[in-house]
Amino acid sequence: MNTEELIEVQERWNIPYRHSAGRFASRFLIALRDEKKVYGVRCPRCKRVLVPPRPFCERCFVQCTEWVGVSDKGTLEGFTISYQAYVGLPTPPYASGLIKLDGADTALMHFVGGVDLSDPQKAKKAVKIGMRVEAVWKEERLGHILDIEHFRPVQK
Amino acid sequence: MPRRVALVGVGLTKTANRRKDITYPELTFEAVNNALSFTHLKPEDIDAVVYGSMDPFDGLSCPEKWNVDSCASAGVLNKPLMKISTGGTTGGSTALAGYYNVASGLFDVVLAVASQRVGETIDAQQVLNTCLEPCYERPFGFGAIMIAAMQATSHMHYYGTTEEDLARVAVQNHEHALNNPHAHLRFKLTIEEALKTRMISWPLKLADCCPSSDGACALIFASEEKAEKITSTPAWIKGAGQITDGYYLGDRTWYHEWDTLATLARRVYKSAKIYNPFKEIDVAEVYTAFSIQQILEYEALGFCEKGEGGKLLASGATSMNGSLPVCPSGSVICTNPIGASGLIRVGEAALQVMGKAEGRQVPNVKLALAHAWGATIGFHTLMILSKEKP
Ligand SMILES: [Zn+2]
Repeated sequence: MNTEELIEVQERWNIPYRHSAGRFASRFLIALRDEKKVYGVRCPRCKRVLVPPRPFCERCFVQCTEWVGVSDKGTLEGFTISYQAYVGLPTPPYASGLIKLDGADTALMHFVGGVDLSDPQKAKKAVKIGMRVEAVWKEERLGHILDIEHFRPVQK
Repeated sequence: MPRRVALVGVGLTKTANRRKDITYPELTFEAVNNALSFTHLKPEDIDAVVYGSMDPFDGLSCPEKWNVDSCASAGVLNKPLMKISTGGTTGGSTALAGYYNVASGLFDVVLAVASQRVGETIDAQQVLNTCLEPCYERPFGFGAIMIAAMQATSHMHYYGTTEEDLARVAVQNHEHALNNPHAHLRFKLTIEEALKTRMISWPLKLADCCPSSDGACALIFASEEKAEKITSTPAWIKGAGQITDGYYLGDRTWYHEWDTLATLARRVYKSAKIYNPFKEIDVAEVYTAFSIQQILEYEALGFCEKGEGGKLLASGATSMNGSLPVCPSGSVICTNPIGASGLIRVGEAALQVMGKAEGRQVPNVKLALAHAWGATIGFHTLMILSKEKP
């Protein structure tokens, strides 16, 4: 008997789920699809405009009811550029970050595109914290966060 | 009033990306058996078990079931067992759970076990991405590494930290890991070599990132009376705590600071009566999964001013010969069985206080700190271990 041989049992999980987006994310995603517009909610107590919109303000623990349209332009507050491929994510390189849209008090997570990212040393000069970015909308929109393809540097 | 509690036993395992020669329970057994041998305790002496893992890195949604008997025969001896899972802080939370169970007076001897087989996942990032909510955030892949990279781009932007500063963190931890037979990555690394490794998530290169490891850790917590019977070198818990932060990453965009950790440190230092952490703490085991994090950890833990973390490391103060050696183990950047990594930090800190850290021992340790972070950098745990009874 060959006692050096070790067996590996191969397995793969493929478990379908259906996640309830709820009223707030639904309304936000439908506005992306039908109006090409980004909405947040205003907290009745601290008055912050929360984007992405959510049913309650985490700081004040009160329900939010007032919807507020915000700009599709904003400022990049933080980012990274991915050069490694991962299952289920885009083909690298791609940049992703946090964008504070004009009129919002919190930042939205999204991709940053329209920039040549192939060389990290050049890309780091092209994508910067504090840079102004604007949404690039998809032609065919499905009511999904990726109805905005990405945010690109504001064209001067 | 909580009772006095000491850590009396530490069990570590060999770690590697793959340990094809053993099953999951055998990996856990290795840690627990080492902890029992360390204390000369028998399975019957354990009153309760707390078990930590972050699912489903191992491809199991309830690994505590398969591992129940490797936790000192807990299953067949019908012992109580609680499962703890708080992302990367799982190991830190498991240590807290062990401590709380004894401090409460409900149990006298508690086994805290954490085990993880990250190497069994083909793409660990796929699991990490499931930590993000599916409506707004999941398509962007902000699992651990991208958040860490964002910490780095912010620290570079606001404080002028460089790629060399990051490389220096990797180099020092690799140097330390050479002294640690329980480390996964054990090779000498130079700054030049680190800078030449391929880019993963700007500005983090392969050398700035932790590996996927299989490994486990088991610790034994005991009440004052039991601890003094079990060992002459208990590591007393002098302070401990956990903190969380809100869910949305976009609600706190100051990634160049780790203010949740700073807040927790202030709380824990106050309860442990530590007034000048840099002077009073003799060794720190922080959770550095990505190079930038050790710089942020120095700053948040009060070892230096904000923005000065890179300089502190370059000064040599945190090396084995420095005034506050940080991570004699080589930290998480050299070994990352994720759910176990926080418990390993506590175990390493305890070994330092006991004077049993062998080749990685820092001389005359009286006070040691152990840290873990998790939940896309929102959660932290801290534990302060002391040679003197508090
Ligand atoms: Zn509010």
